[in-house]
Amino acid sequence: MTGLSSSEGIRTGPVRSPWREAWRRLAGNPAAMTGLAVIAVLGVLSVLAPWLAPYGYETQNLELGAAPPSVAHWLGTDVLGRDLLTRMLYGGRISLLVGVCATAVSLVIGTAYGAMSGYAGGKTDAFMMRLVDILYAIPFTVFVIVLMVAFGRNLLLLFAAIGAVEWLTMARIVRGQVLAVKQEMFVQAAAIQGLSHARIVFLHIVPNVLGPVIVYTTLTIPRVMLLEAFLSFLGLGVQAPMSSWGLLIRDGAEVMESFPWLMVFPGVVLAATLFALNFLGDGLRDALDPRFDRKRSGP
Amino acid sequence: MIRFVVNRLLQAVPVLLAAVTIAFFLVRLAPGGPFTQEKSFSEESIRRLNDHYGLNDPVGVQYARYIGNLLRGNLGPSFKYSNRTVNEIISETFPVSLELGCLALGFATCIGLAAGILAALRPNTWRDYTPMALAMTGICVPSFVLGPLLVLVFAIQAGWFNAAGWDTAADRLLPAITLGSAYAAYIARLTRGSMLEILPADFIRTSRATGVLERRIVTRYALKNALIPVVSFMGPAAAGIVTGSFVVETIFNIPGMGKMFVQAAFNRDYSLILGLVAFYSLLIVIFNFAVDIALAWLDPRLRKVTS
Repeated sequence: MTGLSSSEGIRTGPVRSPWREAWRRLAGNPAAMTGLAVIAVLGVLSVLAPWLAPYGYETQNLELGAAPPSVAHWLGTDVLGRDLLTRMLYGGRISLLVGVCATAVSLVIGTAYGAMSGYAGGKTDAFMMRLVDILYAIPFTVFVIVLMVAFGRNLLLLFAAIGAVEWLTMARIVRGQVLAVKQEMFVQAAAIQGLSHARIVFLHIVPNVLGPVIVYTTLTIPRVMLLEAFLSFLGLGVQAPMSSWGLLIRDGAEVMESFPWLMVFPGVVLAATLFALNFLGDGLRDALDPRFDRKRSGP
Repeated sequence: MIRFVVNRLLQAVPVLLAAVTIAFFLVRLAPGGPFTQEKSFSEESIRRLNDHYGLNDPVGVQYARYIGNLLRGNLGPSFKYSNRTVNEIISETFPVSLELGCLALGFATCIGLAAGILAALRPNTWRDYTPMALAMTGICVPSFVLGPLLVLVFAIQAGWFNAAGWDTAADRLLPAITLGSAYAAYIARLTRGSMLEILPADFIRTSRATGVLERRIVTRYALKNALIPVVSFMGPAAAGIVTGSFVVETIFNIPGMGKMFVQAAFNRDYSLILGLVAFYSLLIVIFNFAVDIALAWLDPRLRKVTS
């Protein structure tokens, strides 16, 4: 990141690493820290779900049926008498897993594509970016649906499909950064040493564009989670017996008239997660790029 | 300007071709044909159905035939609704979706622009924070949560609206708000950002000094310049409203193209899926084209043809 490497001009106080400096800025941002805390709590809860869940995931209580929140069932139970809190803990595992894995897919594709395009430059770059422009104009959510229909709904495919859709912006961002970084002296030094292009790109250039990549990754996760929930809501994403927040919202919406809590709780948790991730992403952007003007923070 | 328009039109061709091609091969690569799930069909009748629809020909032949028909505007018969063509289904359902989409986009633009301008005029006061907090909420509360919530509160509890349907004018309100709110939020954030950038500019200060009415400065001079990022966002917004319509039309049981697409997906009605994908791609391309023209009108610098 060029903004960070230029900090060597202002060595007045004790020398701090740019990453530590960014962390200090992030820690001073209450919205971002709250977001981080929420994400951390949700992450821990999801990982520990099998041990924390008060009931079994499939344990039914047909006599009880759909009951509103109570001491025994903090968030109530669904039509089959299954504990909603338990199901939300397990559903969170899938939602977060899809969010992280699909984002990782988009990260790998986008970074590799963008870095190669920017490093190659010239006609190759123009062609590769033209391709991205074309793909941008295609309504891809439609294609994810076609893909899920054509090949059946399995989780791995869902990661791949969403990841394959969300890499375009990442590729553009990385390419722009690489164009700037490849002019730097250390890249020439690496080239003079006779390193292969692949080594130069992935071991020398990519680590230096991590800042924007981290920011955009954080902002991609909520988009991906939203897309998963969207597909699951339509019945085209995660399938029962697995569960995700989107699926719980779908089930809840069907019986909303009589048992509103079944839709409200999963909806609130999903929205809160998206809030947290967006705040964290905005905070990271401010922290990692001090030149970024807060006033301009658009979508 | 004419060169610009022609150039943009030519650029649309590869987009459409790519979209149709990807969709065509995705569907053909899928294991199982469109009729395999119909358990009541014997193997013989499946073979004859496949023959009838030309599904036993080599994929290349099928592809060439499909593109040929597409160029003549013929999307073929629906596999599921055996006596209807895809063209008929689209011409029935599209007007409904178009109305919903226009209402949603109109709602998003009006609310978004107003909120964004309001926030930018008094930055970092409650008049800024309130609309921006609402905007963040609009972005983070997905349509499939907002829709059922609105139904719960305004249709079921208050009884002001029907929970579903598409008959009276009042039936349009909740779906349009559900579909448009996220885009209203994005537009508000974009408008605020670009207004804040424009308002301190020299030409605004000069107009103020020469006594131009503040209202005129904001709505004419500043807004026209601030609109550029908002207008470029309209392309992605339209694409988002298309996909959003799948959920919203399902929630509110609206007989539009979005609901039809979801049903086609469940029915594995491949010809209908393919036809709708082609039609959606065409819509998006046309919309992006209109956005490009609008941008070129707003900012003459963009008229330069870049190869």
